[in-house]
Amino acid sequence: MPTPPRPVFELKDVEKVFQVRKPGQRFGRKTVGLRALDGVRLSVEQGASLALVGESGSGKSTLLRVLLGLDAPTDGQARYRGRPIRAVRDEGADFARDVAMVYQDARGSLNPRMTVGALIAEPLRRFAVVPAPEIGARVATLLTRVGLPADAAGRYPAALSGGQVRRVAIARALASDPSVLVADEAVSGLDVSTQAQLLTLLRRLQQDMGLTLVFITHDLGVASFLCEQIAIMYLGRIVETGPTDAVLTSPAHPYTAALRDAAPKFFEPIAEPLPGEIPSPLDLPSGCRFSGRCPRVQPDCHARDPHLARSRTRSVTRSVACLHPLAPVDGAGPVAPANPGPAPEQTRPD
Amino acid sequence: MTLVDNARRGRRSIFARRPFFTLALVVAVGYVLAAIFAPFVAPYDPVAQDFNAMMQPPSGAHPMGTDSYGQDILSRVIFGARYALIIGFFAVAIGAIGGLIVGLAAGLSGGWAEWALLRLIDSILALPSLILAVAFIAILGQGVDKVVIAVGLSMIGPFARTVRADVLQVRVQLFVEAAGLMAIPRAVIIWRHILPNVIYPLAVQVTIRISEAILVSSSLSFLGIGVTPPTPDWGLMIAEGRAFVSFAAWMSAMPGFALALLLIALSIVGDGIREEFDPKLRGKS
Ligand SMILES: Nc1ncnc2c1ncn2[C@@H]1O[C@H](COP(=O)(O)OP(=O)(O)OP(=O)(O)O)[C@@H](O)[C@H]1O
Ligand code: SF4
Ligand SMILES: [Mg+2]
Repeated sequence: MPTPPRPVFELKDVEKVFQVRKPGQRFGRKTVGLRALDGVRLSVEQGASLALVGESGSGKSTLLRVLLGLDAPTDGQARYRGRPIRAVRDEGADFARDVAMVYQDARGSLNPRMTVGALIAEPLRRFAVVPAPEIGARVATLLTRVGLPADAAGRYPAALSGGQVRRVAIARALASDPSVLVADEAVSGLDVSTQAQLLTLLRRLQQDMGLTLVFITHDLGVASFLCEQIAIMYLGRIVETGPTDAVLTSPAHPYTAALRDAAPKFFEPIAEPLPGEIPSPLDLPSGCRFSGRCPRVQPDCHARDPHLARSRTRSVTRSVACLHPLAPVDGAGPVAPANPGPAPEQTRPD
Repeated sequence: MTLVDNARRGRRSIFARRPFFTLALVVAVGYVLAAIFAPFVAPYDPVAQDFNAMMQPPSGAHPMGTDSYGQDILSRVIFGARYALIIGFFAVAIGAIGGLIVGLAAGLSGGWAEWALLRLIDSILALPSLILAVAFIAILGQGVDKVVIAVGLSMIGPFARTVRADVLQVRVQLFVEAAGLMAIPRAVIIWRHILPNVIYPLAVQVTIRISEAILVSSSLSFLGIGVTPPTPDWGLMIAEGRAFVSFAAWMSAMPGFALALLLIALSIVGDGIREEFDPKLRGKS
């Protein structure tokens, strides 16, 4: 009996709490919990491409670290193809070969004492991707793929520009022929033509090889170009998910709408997203965490904390964490019946 | 690639940009050459006594004068460079290798092993290296080889301390975590990713500490517990000339000057290398 395909990644109410020193207490030993992730629900199917979008400090990198098994969730479950991520990672090299990572700080993720060629050859050798005599040729192929000259192999990262280092990091991640690529701001800060080149490469890999992509970006244009799915994060929680085009043309969460309005031009990172300060994750407002900045705030928003749940007014593929979601825009209108199944227990008293 | 060109240009012109470094390097290389070719450049046998030419002031026949046994001081100073450099080099080698092992162990192990190693390093460091070297000499006895071992052991602590600090800093770097993500075995990570990033700063340390080793070994000889007479050792020569300093000052002054000049030259060279190759310092300038 064929089992239904398991999602590549599945997060169930994942929480990640960092113990940090109390603000203002420089010498004290007292710590408080900083909720970098607060009840994250997420499922990434085989071959999917997911963009994670949110302001700085919303917990995107922490989410990636949980997906990679670098951080254990404080609470909740994080699974890779149905099994706990940490356990899978401890088992052997399969997970390491299958899931590759491009770090936000690409330069920091490359050993400064190794040449570009040695850096890319390392995973080739580790996973015996090609026989030893062919390693040099494969390194050259990978470099060409990301648009670097083949003679870059002899250079050290210090001699490369930021954009070139990014490409090296991407080439190195692709070296092991992963089926899942997890990338943290892999193209931000690069000029538009470089971005376009790398994004085209990634999209081709995604379409031709069925690469599963989890892609953090500040840039809604990048998200809509590369990723079919989008997840909007705010203060440690995913507040809206769904197909990228549908979410961006007709946002259901006020935060998504604000993000979209703040980024009028695609392929430009969000400059100054929204009015109002992002609250400290140490001091969340009661009720909805967006209530302090929300233009649609109502009295009950301060009392109840909305969790991510299937949208009642949209297609079945969309979820939102808001008590008073925006109405669908004409043309992108509801695909689902006006009042479908899920009971309104998407909220809980706080 | 402009960055590469810059780096290359910078390296090519280091001698032009650092005149003091260049001068010091020339002096240091001069000492090394004199030490290697001592039998050929020294005018006399360093231990040949000539009772017809005792305590002669500098002259044409004896450019640095002679000592109370009639030995030619210039020849002794030249041969002394041999001992100074050999002792400095091998003592630092012992200190650096020992420090690397202890420092790596302390930086990579956790728990009680790290605690024990740290206490050991700290207790060694609490004593100046001269005192420690005296203690080792007391155990080992006198002689060039004993001095090398004693000075080398006394330098393990300081080396271990800097190695450990570097290891602590390197092991939390992203590229170490990235290697772990690739399921690279821990021993390979240490060998390939941590060690090279610790070795380079250590090499810089070595150039700086050679002068310290020479000073400590000369001090041991000066105290009469290092190498034994009639070895042409600078510290020994300074000590021997001490009794005659009021009327034959050259006996102490010449080896003293030779020692001081070498120490200054070595530390300028060491500083230059550090500033040139330490990425942390380079970033600031
Ligand atoms: N190791 C840690 N210890 C303590 N706090 C942490 C740690 N890592 C992250 N945080 C906190 O968790 C929150 C989320 O951080 P995270 O790096 O995941 O944000 P991000 O969305 O990736 O932001 P950016 O866009 O700036 O990269 C922040 O408030 C951050 O200060
Ligand atoms: S729950 Fe209320 S405050 Fe929160 S986003 Fe929705 S409307 Fe705004
Ligand atoms: Mg981040």
